[in-house]
Amino acid sequence: MIQTLFGSLDEQQKPSFLDRMKEAVTRTRENLSDRIEEVVAFSKEIDRATLDDLEATLIGADLGTSTTHEVLSKLREKADRKQIKNVDELKRLLKEELLAILAAANSQPVQKVDGTPEVILLVGVNGTGKTTTIGKLAQVFRSQGKTVLLCAADTFRAAAIEQLEIWGERTGTEVIRTKAGGDPSAVLFDALQAASARQTDYVIVDTAGRLHTKTNLMAELEKMRRTAQRIIPGAPHETLLVMDATTGQNGLQQARLFTESAGVTGIVLAKLDGTAKGGVVVAISRELGLPVRYVGVGEKPGDLLPFDARDFVDSLFA
Amino acid sequence: MFENLQEKLQRAFKTLRGQAVLNEENIQEALREIRLALLEADVNFKVVKQLIDHIQEKAVGQQVATALSPGEQVIKILRDELIETLGRDTARLKFASQPPTVVLMAGLQGSGKTTTSGKLANWLKNGGHRPLLVSVDVYRPAAREQLKVVAQAIKANLYEGEVGEANTATVERLAKEARREAINTGSDVLIVDTAGRLHIDDQLMEEMQSLKRLLNPQEILFVADAMTGQDAVRSADEFHKKLTLTGVVLTKMDGDARGGAALSIRQVTGQPIKFIGVGEKYDALEPFHPDRIVSRILGMGDILSLIEKAEQNVDKKKAEEMASRALAGDGFSLEDFRDQLRQVKKMGSLQSLMGMLPSIGPFAGLQKHADKVDEKQLNRVEAIINSMTAHERTHHEVINGSRRKRIARGSGTSVQEVNNLLRQYAQMRKMFKQIGKASFARKLAGMKLPGM
Repeated sequence: MIQTLFGSLDEQQKPSFLDRMKEAVTRTRENLSDRIEEVVAFSKEIDRATLDDLEATLIGADLGTSTTHEVLSKLREKADRKQIKNVDELKRLLKEELLAILAAANSQPVQKVDGTPEVILLVGVNGTGKTTTIGKLAQVFRSQGKTVLLCAADTFRAAAIEQLEIWGERTGTEVIRTKAGGDPSAVLFDALQAASARQTDYVIVDTAGRLHTKTNLMAELEKMRRTAQRIIPGAPHETLLVMDATTGQNGLQQARLFTESAGVTGIVLAKLDGTAKGGVVVAISRELGLPVRYVGVGEKPGDLLPFDARDFVDSLFA
Repeated sequence: MFENLQEKLQRAFKTLRGQAVLNEENIQEALREIRLALLEADVNFKVVKQLIDHIQEKAVGQQVATALSPGEQVIKILRDELIETLGRDTARLKFASQPPTVVLMAGLQGSGKTTTSGKLANWLKNGGHRPLLVSVDVYRPAAREQLKVVAQAIKANLYEGEVGEANTATVERLAKEARREAINTGSDVLIVDTAGRLHIDDQLMEEMQSLKRLLNPQEILFVADAMTGQDAVRSADEFHKKLTLTGVVLTKMDGDARGGAALSIRQVTGQPIKFIGVGEKYDALEPFHPDRIVSRILGMGDILSLIEKAEQNVDKKKAEEMASRALAGDGFSLEDFRDQLRQVKKMGSLQSLMGMLPSIGPFAGLQKHADKVDEKQLNRVEAIINSMTAHERTHHEVINGSRRKRIARGSGTSVQEVNNLLRQYAQMRKMFKQIGKASFARKLAGMKLPGM
C-alpha cells in the first residue's frame, strides 16, 4: 500500500488488467477445447488414456501446462479431421506439431559488418553452464580455423576468471581479463578494442550469472550491450541465453526478462546429457519465438552440438 | 494463471453456495485448478496426482463450514497437505558425538554446491563452530580455486592439498588428508565440496559412494536448484538410492521460481529440506520453513516473514487501530499516513519488504518493482505532511491551491509533488476501502492468520 507513493499503483494496474484479459481469453479457449473434446468421438484405439499418456509425457518433459494443452487440442482437431485411428500415427502427428513450433522460432543473429569481429554474448542465471559453453564454443570456432578472443566479464563470481582462463588454455584462445570485482563493461571495452585492432573473427563474452529478477544486474547487461554497440557496429551480433535442461517453468520467465534486458537471439540448452528433457524450450519458442542454437551434452570441449529439432522432439518421447 | 489460485477456487466454488457438503462432483473444478497450479509450480506430475488424490479424500464429505468459504476450506486442506508433505519442522544439522562432524555436499552441476559450502561454513562459524572446508572437485576448471576464494571471503579455514592427477584416487586422498587436517587443527565440522555430477554417471556416483564409506559423514546434503522442473524427482531419487541423503538444500530461492521441486524432492527422498539459499552473499542461507514455501508455491507470498518483521518493529496497538479505522472506510487520515511511513522506515528497506508480499490480490505485480523503489522519497513525503497544519492532516479536503503553495514552500518541495501526494493519498483511501471488503486482507490487517 505504501508503494502507491511511487506511482507503482498506476504501473501495476495496467498489466494486471491485461493479465485478466489474457486469462479470460485463455479460459474461453480452455473451455472451448473441453467442449471439442466432448464432441469429438475418438475411435476405440485413441481413447482418453492415450491422450492422458501423451499429456503426462509432455508435462513430464517440462513443456508446461499451457503449451501441452494447446498442442494436444490442436492434435485432437487434426486427429479428428484426418480420421486418425492408431496411436503411432497420432504420435507422429504430435511430433509434427512440436516441430512446427520449433521451426517457427527462427530469428537470425545480426549480420556482422565485413572485417569486424562477430561478438557473441552469453547470459543466464547462475550455474547454467555459461563458462563451460564458452569453452566449447571457442573449440567449435577454433576447429573451423577461426581466430577467437574470450572476454572474462564475469568479474563477480569467485574464480570465474580463472575458470575461463583454463578453457582459454585448452582451446588455445587468448582471454582478456581484469581483476576480480572490476567493471564488466570496462573489460568488454578492452576486449572489443583488442579484437577490432587484431581483426579477430569472434569475440565470446562471458558474463556473471544473475537471476532475472535482479533489476540492477539486468541493467548492467543493458549497459554492456550499449558499450559493445559503441565499439563494433551491430554488436553483440548474437546474445545466447544459456539454460539448464533441468529448468522447469521458470525458464519462460528467464527467457522473457533476459530478452527484455539483453536482447537474447537464441538459446543454448546445456546439460542435456542427463535425464531432463529441456521441454521448456518448446514453450519458449511458442511464446517468444526464440530458437535453440546449441545443446550441451557433456563437460569435454567437443560436447556442444548444433540443435537438431527432430532429434530433440524424438528424445521427448524416448 | 498461477497468481490467482485463490480467486479461481472461489469462482470454482460459486456454484457450491447452498450445498452443505463437499462431494466428489462439486470439488472437481477446484481440484483441476489446483492440479494446474501445482504443475505450473514445477511439482512433478506424479507427485501432483498423489496430492490431488489425498486432497480429494480429505475434502469429500466435509461439511461446508460457515466461517470459511468452500474455496478457503479447500485451500486450507491443500495447504495442510503440502505442509504435511514437506514435514512440519525446520530440520537441524546432526553433529557427531566425536568431532569432526563431516558434511558431504552432493548434487548436479551448477546447483550451487560451492557457494552453499561457503554459506554453510559461515553459518556454522557464526554459531560458534570451527568449520574446515575442502574441495574434492578436481574435475571442473578452477572449482577448487573458487572454494579457496570463498573461504578467504568468509575467513574460514580451508584444506588445500595437492591435486596431481584428476581422478578418483586423488579425490579419496584429498578427503582423507582433509579429515586428518580437521582433527589436527581442532575443527569440529568438515565440509566436503564435491564435483557436480549427473545421477546417471555411474563412475562418478561410485566415487561419491566411496567418499561416503571413507568419511562416514553425519550429513549428506543434496544441493538442488529451486528452478528445477519435472526431472527433480529422478535426480533426487537416484542420489538418495545411491547415497542415502540426510537432507536437502534448495538454492537460488531469491528468484521468482515457485519452488515446486521442493515438494517433488521431499516426496521421493523423504528427507527434510534443511536450508534455502536466498542470495549471492555468504550470509544468504536460511533455515527452511515448510509453511512459507507452501505459501510461495501457492502464490500467496511470504506473509509470515512479513508479519514477523512487522511484529518486531511496529507498534502493534497503533497499527491495529489504524488498520481497523482505515479499512472501515473514511478514517484514514494524513496523520495515520505519516505514522505508517515512520513505522515502515523502522522496519527496514522497502525492497526487502515488498519482496515478501503475496503476488495475489491488491499486491499483484508489486514485487517486481521492488528494485525501483526510491527510499529517499519517503523523507520528502514526510516533510510534506509535516508542513501541513493539524487540521489539514485530518481534513485533507480543505487543502486548496494557496495551502498547497504554502505546504510546498514549507517542505522544500513543489506544488506538483504536493498534488502527487494528495492524489496518491486519495488512491490509498480508496484502496483501503476495497481491501477492507476482502476477507483475506482483513485478516492481514488484524495480523491474525489462522493456520499459517
